Amino acid sequence: METTLLIAAAIKIGVFLGVTLTLVSVCVIFERRFSAIIQDRVGPNRTMIPLSILGFKKDLALPIGGLTQPMADGLKFILKEDFTPSYVRKAFFWLAPCMTMVPALITMAVVPFGSPIEFGDLVIPMAVADLNVGPLFIFAIASLSVYGITLAGWSSNSKYPFFGGVRSCAQMISYEIALGLSVIPVLMMFGTLNLGHIVEYQANNGWLLLPFWGEGLTAERWWMLIPLVVSFFIFTTSIFAETNRTPFDLPECETELVGGYHTEYSSMKFALFFLGEYAAMIIGSALIVTLFFGGWSIGFGIDGLLPTGAWWVSLLHVGCFLTKVTVFILFFILVRWTVPRFRYDQLMNLGWIVFFEAALINVFIAALILAVPHIGYLAFGVCLAILLVITGVLFAIAKSAIHAPKEGTV
Amino acid sequence: MHSLLFYLFSFLAVAGGILLVAFRNPVSSALSMVLSFVGLAGLFIGLNAYFVGIVQILVYAGAIMVLFVFIIMLLDLNNEEKVKFRSSTVVLGIVIPLCLALQILGVIQSQDTKEFQPITEETLAAAAESFPEDGAIHKSLAHEKTPKLPDTNLIGQQIFTHYNFPLQVIGALLLVATIGVVVLSKRTAKTRPTDS
Repeated sequence: METTLLIAAAIKIGVFLGVTLTLVSVCVIFERRFSAIIQDRVGPNRTMIPLSILGFKKDLALPIGGLTQPMADGLKFILKEDFTPSYVRKAFFWLAPCMTMVPALITMAVVPFGSPIEFGDLVIPMAVADLNVGPLFIFAIASLSVYGITLAGWSSNSKYPFFGGVRSCAQMISYEIALGLSVIPVLMMFGTLNLGHIVEYQANNGWLLLPFWGEGLTAERWWMLIPLVVSFFIFTTSIFAETNRTPFDLPECETELVGGYHTEYSSMKFALFFLGEYAAMIIGSALIVTLFFGGWSIGFGIDGLLPTGAWWVSLLHVGCFLTKVTVFILFFILVRWTVPRFRYDQLMNLGWIVFFEAALINVFIAALILAVPHIGYLAFGVCLAILLVITGVLFAIAKSAIHAPKEGTV
Repeated sequence: MHSLLFYLFSFLAVAGGILLVAFRNPVSSALSMVLSFVGLAGLFIGLNAYFVGIVQILVYAGAIMVLFVFIIMLLDLNNEEKVKFRSSTVVLGIVIPLCLALQILGVIQSQDTKEFQPITEETLAAAAESFPEDGAIHKSLAHEKTPKLPDTNLIGQQIFTHYNFPLQVIGALLLVATIGVVVLSKRTAKTRPTDS
């Protein structure tokens, strides 16, 4: 039994790592083709396999619409000169790209890709590590990726990368708070931190934001939609900020900082930053899908009709999960090419003054709604009134803080 | 297997601690402290305390040390000069850890530790008896197929039943400290001579 589990874990690590890395490279082509569509261009659609350099007469063009482009991109990165400037701090300069890429890949370990498979008595969950602290694990490891970017900026030992590093450090610390607070109503709703259980609950009782079947049709769930939608909005926006994607890509803002923290990097070391950003985006989408849109579940009560534990059902669920993740990746790309970049003070105001308070109040609203069956409607009304007054006061303070004249500030 | 991981993570923690003191470069020191924290977190997880281990990384390695690194970079500190130790600092450096070690020893001596029980399905089911049957803790402990130690739920249960008042006091204390910091930093900003 022990060895079976070990073998299963090894297979899962290999397959999920492979799937994630493939998704990363597919993301790059998605980004380029989708941005081309938005800007009314064609985009890279005709990359061929260069058989002519091997002596054949013609290059081989596969009819898959430029999907061979990632291979060409990767090859280009590997073959370019890996130039290390003489003035950098070498050890950290080499460490930084690894520290952006690795955390993003480790976090994939707790995401349930599909429903568990049953082999006789053995239940094999389709996550590498079926931890009881899933979302916390993801936040913890993802928070380590700050070091990569910050160290890259610092070790480059020149001005623009340094600014980029400092910016990203401040930005990621700020938005981690909003990220952590916004997810609390969701966890209160589920009452568990195990991502596998969270998805199972949603498969039986309606996705968090689409409660159309099972227990999802109760009045409580529909009232909970109010704080949950706010949660979803804050969470998704914070994920954008955490992954340094436009409209929050201040750390690599090319009009001000040349290339930001990776200005001094070239070749595969630059590519690791590039891919790390996409890996973070994938894990972000996976987390949003798992928490708010039912993870691997097909939805609308179909999961209950399928036999549990069969391997083909699990594969079907993996496919469903990857489809949802891809949709969210496309959403990320759509936002990047639609919304212009924020100014730095706007970014900080949004994080500290708007999202922080909103997420905090949101937690209390969710708690009140969940407490109604225990405390009765009268107490609920009184508490809600108090909460509204506090919200009003906070709103007034926040408004004056945003528009305060900047006297004495440096 | 387990003891191998224990030695690996202990080595990481101790090596991080030693490197923290040995490095002359402040950023290297800060990063070795992160290494030490990660090692500690691994030890906690090895003891089935997933929540404590993850919070160790989330709070210390992911937030506090990031702030340290941030400040070190902003201040642009240079490498530490080699300083001559005064005898008083050396004595203090020996006495304070000794006091701590003595206190830990005292606590261990006076503590009534129950006999070690490995986590198996039987011990988990036996432990489930002492919790209410419709609670999440009982459900997780007495689960038919995959019983697990619900460490997060247990910590929550302890804090919010036995230690609720201390928790509130600590919360108030932290709030006061935060407000104090804001007030102090605002005061210096106002008295600073403004640029023309």
